[in-house]
Amino acid sequence: MSRIGVFTCWCGENIARMVDVQRVTETIAQVPGVRVAVNYKYMCSDPGQASIRDKIVEEKLDGLVVAACSPHMHLKTFRRAAAAAGLNPYLVEMANIREHCSWVHKDKELATAKAIEIIRMAVEKVRRNHALQPIRVPMTKRALVVGGGVAGIQAALDIADAGYEVVLVERDPSIGGKMAGLSETFPTLDCSQCILTPRMVEVGQHPRIKLHTYSEVEGVEGFVGNFKVQIRKKARYVDMIKCTGCGDCWAVCPSKKNLSEFDQGMGYRKAIYIPFPQAVPARPVIDKEACLYLKNGKCGVCAKKCVPQAINFSDQDEVITEEVGAVIVATGYRLYNITKDQDNSKLTGYGEYGYGLYKDVIDGLQFERLASASGPTGGAIKRPSDGAEPKKIVFISCVGSRDEQHGMTYCSKICCMYVAKHAMLYKHKVHDGEAHIFYMDIRAGGKNYEEFVRRAIEQDGAVYHRGRVSKITQENGKLVVRGADTLLGQPVTIEADMVVLASAMRPSEGATRLAQMLNVGVDEFGFLSESHPKLRPVETNAAGVFICGACHAPKDIPEAVAQASAAAGKVAIMFANEELTRDPEVASVNELTCAACFTCVRACPYTAIEKAMVLDGRGNFIKNTARVNPGLCMGCGTCVAVCPSKSVDLEGFSEEQIYSQVESLAL
Amino acid sequence: MQIGYYPGCALHGSSNDYEMSVRATLTALGVQLKELDDWICCGATAAHSINKKLSIALPARNLAIAERDGYSEMLAPCPLCSNELMKTIKELSDSPALRREIAEVIELPIEGKTQVVNIIQVLQMVGVERIREAVKRPLSEFRPACYYGCLLTRPAKILKFDDPEQPGSMEEIVEALGAKPVQWNYKTECCGAGMTMANEDTVISLSHKILANAEAHGANCVVVACPMCHVNLDMKQRDIERRQGTRHQLMVYYISDLIGLALGLGEHELGIDRHFVSAPLAAVKE
Amino acid sequence: METTANLIGEMAHTAVEDCYQCGKCTAGCPMADVMDLMPNQIVRLAQLGEEGRAVACGAIWLCVSCQTCTQRCPKSVDIAAVMDAMRQLSLERGTASESVKRTIAFQRAFLDNIRRNGRLNELELVGQYKTMAFLGDVSVPLLFKDALLAPKMMQRGKLHLIGEKVKDRGVVRRIFDRCMRQE
Repeated sequence: MSRIGVFTCWCGENIARMVDVQRVTETIAQVPGVRVAVNYKYMCSDPGQASIRDKIVEEKLDGLVVAACSPHMHLKTFRRAAAAAGLNPYLVEMANIREHCSWVHKDKELATAKAIEIIRMAVEKVRRNHALQPIRVPMTKRALVVGGGVAGIQAALDIADAGYEVVLVERDPSIGGKMAGLSETFPTLDCSQCILTPRMVEVGQHPRIKLHTYSEVEGVEGFVGNFKVQIRKKARYVDMIKCTGCGDCWAVCPSKKNLSEFDQGMGYRKAIYIPFPQAVPARPVIDKEACLYLKNGKCGVCAKKCVPQAINFSDQDEVITEEVGAVIVATGYRLYNITKDQDNSKLTGYGEYGYGLYKDVIDGLQFERLASASGPTGGAIKRPSDGAEPKKIVFISCVGSRDEQHGMTYCSKICCMYVAKHAMLYKHKVHDGEAHIFYMDIRAGGKNYEEFVRRAIEQDGAVYHRGRVSKITQENGKLVVRGADTLLGQPVTIEADMVVLASAMRPSEGATRLAQMLNVGVDEFGFLSESHPKLRPVETNAAGVFICGACHAPKDIPEAVAQASAAAGKVAIMFANEELTRDPEVASVNELTCAACFTCVRACPYTAIEKAMVLDGRGNFIKNTARVNPGLCMGCGTCVAVCPSKSVDLEGFSEEQIYSQVESLAL
Repeated sequence: MQIGYYPGCALHGSSNDYEMSVRATLTALGVQLKELDDWICCGATAAHSINKKLSIALPARNLAIAERDGYSEMLAPCPLCSNELMKTIKELSDSPALRREIAEVIELPIEGKTQVVNIIQVLQMVGVERIREAVKRPLSEFRPACYYGCLLTRPAKILKFDDPEQPGSMEEIVEALGAKPVQWNYKTECCGAGMTMANEDTVISLSHKILANAEAHGANCVVVACPMCHVNLDMKQRDIERRQGTRHQLMVYYISDLIGLALGLGEHELGIDRHFVSAPLAAVKE
Repeated sequence: METTANLIGEMAHTAVEDCYQCGKCTAGCPMADVMDLMPNQIVRLAQLGEEGRAVACGAIWLCVSCQTCTQRCPKSVDIAAVMDAMRQLSLERGTASESVKRTIAFQRAFLDNIRRNGRLNELELVGQYKTMAFLGDVSVPLLFKDALLAPKMMQRGKLHLIGEKVKDRGVVRRIFDRCMRQE
């Protein structure tokens, strides 16, 4: 016979007002197996918990039901109280008679009757609970950070400074991401590279950071605390150890007309190149599509010029495996390329703006390269078509953002700020230039952001026109911009020398594929999904995988850096424990009755079930079976629902328990 | 190839040169046109400006006739007609209640299953390659500005034809004929449409800009696929010249005219001698 | 306010409340330079239930229904349909602007012509329109304008003295009557 204790809470007036707790207590005391039934005003309070502990010891209780609020609130509290009194914490259940009863009903008679039924069910359940121990999973205390932009750099440094090893994987030849290509950052107008490169150098030199650049994650196996990640290190054709980064090779390379990715297509690079002088690592790569030797067997001048003999034309891609315990995704963003050529059939681009058709219509990142002192024009604002200095520039906000018909429904958050910044940078360089901005709203909510935008207008003379632009055409070398001024109620036509489009921020290419490898959800735009939009912004529903930066949603640098440190903090919390403890309420397979149909394997959303074999004592094969990995199982119960032979059951929510709960109602 | 045919009032009225051109060219390309029995006006601009139900009922009557007579596809060479027909199909498919109501109004059952196509789509069905192979007289001295007007591509959600901002379907055909279409900025800007009589000033102003831009970008003729555009650019060209004080002298061809000429058909059978503007093609500047 | 805003929305089968007044319609409208109210202002009036102002303006009859606004609207508002609704409403209420009475006269004459013949008889239309317009505002130049065009059109076989008529004209009349019953 069970010795169950039922403790009914008044929760002040929250429960007692609508539920007759006295009658509940008296009725429940009659249920077979209930040894103790009491009620108290605040069960979660110190005296309340003390009374539970005392009763557990006094009456040698082997099961505990606390009838009170939601388990989300206090299940942990009461489990701890039980454990302190020597009762296994998994022999504790909460009957929710507040959110599920007193808070949602108006009739005291009916509410009391319902509360009694709810508690009765909980008693039935706890009667069949097993005493469980938390599952301990060993943990590799190394982290993987995917993406070497400012967010990835921050996360890697924080984890490494906390004393753990970090593997940082970056797709481009150098870390730095988009921030390395910016000119000046709002609202301080700091030189972007000047504030970023010291961090980049720190990463390059940190004893606990293992940097793989020109590399991509190809596959992920395992589970939280125990990931095995395959990384493809693309062939650089340059020996990283022999090479000194002297630059003799790229000085003599004859393949010049390759559009520079770092310069957003506004300038050229060689076939053997370093993306920018402050690159980390400061070692070149060879673009095999542009290299005359790798394509046709001609040239090879770089190898001849290289003193340390670091050029290796027979280099191959290398796939390595890194073992890590946690992963942080920091893959950043790209801009919406608004030409007709789209990766997604629902997107059509904006043919009316002439991007890709007219050379002097460029996007925000391209303007950054023009304005940047290390850019293709040395920081001089020049028209891509003829190199002339533009005397009138039109900046257009919201290109592809806030547009459910042709673009993204969301706001890209940073454009209002960088458009103001662009206007300011332009005016600082071209004093007699005219900066015209077409906008719908001005979103400047960050610290010192509003003042920054006002400065662009009041001190630097940027002219703001409230309205969208409908069409851009080119006549006689000028770009004719047809927009509207809705405040005046009239169309506005401006003949500009250049147009800069603030195109929408989208997640980087390949982010969805990476998310799928990690079992992280993505939204309809490809942004990675957080566990909870308010309270858990850097965690994902995949245990051990965290996100930060623009891969999650459009954001600016301060937010990306803050999220990166937050994600690093989460990893440090994980690693601060010796082992990972996981909730033991997981599924398990009865391997004797399992028919090995593997429906559960296919159904499990967490890929927590494996195909395994049952062997005898001598290692001979007996039968196939499904086997749940308790380290990955999230206790959702999907496998239980789909198993045709009823061979899987869920600890704490067994079929027997659920049926008994239902039957107790029918009585 | 057989296809249903809805000429519309313009092609049986003052734009009968367009019908001559369409019939002659499509016959030469092996397309047989079956004219819809006792078709009625689609309502044009007047219906949708004055009464919504009428603007659905008039096209619906024609669609119902097409269904009754078993046409799965129907060519409407006038983009206003094809636009009204396509809009009606959408309205009817969105609301079964409306379908029932309209069926009573037009005294015929209607489902809106007939596919309505424009002249360029029919030419694409024939196949640009086939057209290219059939060319006897390449149009190498032609530098057309391909003018789409408004209603061939807009609204894209309903018409789903070509790109509404930078279309290229006419250029593709024109190139197959050996001509070199120019890149210009008024491909889809409105000519004033049905306002020729209702509001002439509008047409003069808008159509003038189109002719001027075509010339500015090196075109020596304009090619259209719409009878209203043709009237506004061709019949009204003299008025435009007088009112704007400019000289255009640009031939305005229908797309079917150019194909017909390239296939070796004559100006008379294509109705080109009925155009108002008859000017030699300006010499090509390379 | 809620019901009147939906009046135009319901007539036009579009959600005018979705419009966030970005002005792209106005920016792309070929007639905006000569309109007394901008397209986005007309939608705004519809939103606020103040379409009374909109149905009295000239802009709605200057609209050429080119669909540029509808095509480019980021909120999928069918502004061209809103213009149609405003036109329909202005005739229902008799509040159309004086400045556009010729345009309205033309459209009415057009529909009348179709009702009688089933297809457009151009010569008849021109005659009717010019007569109505002349009687409306005694404009002699309008009466004789385009008169020189007639012989040129005849020369080119484009002028049909006797227009085409549909065989079953009865059904056409009945369709018209059923649709325009409320007027």
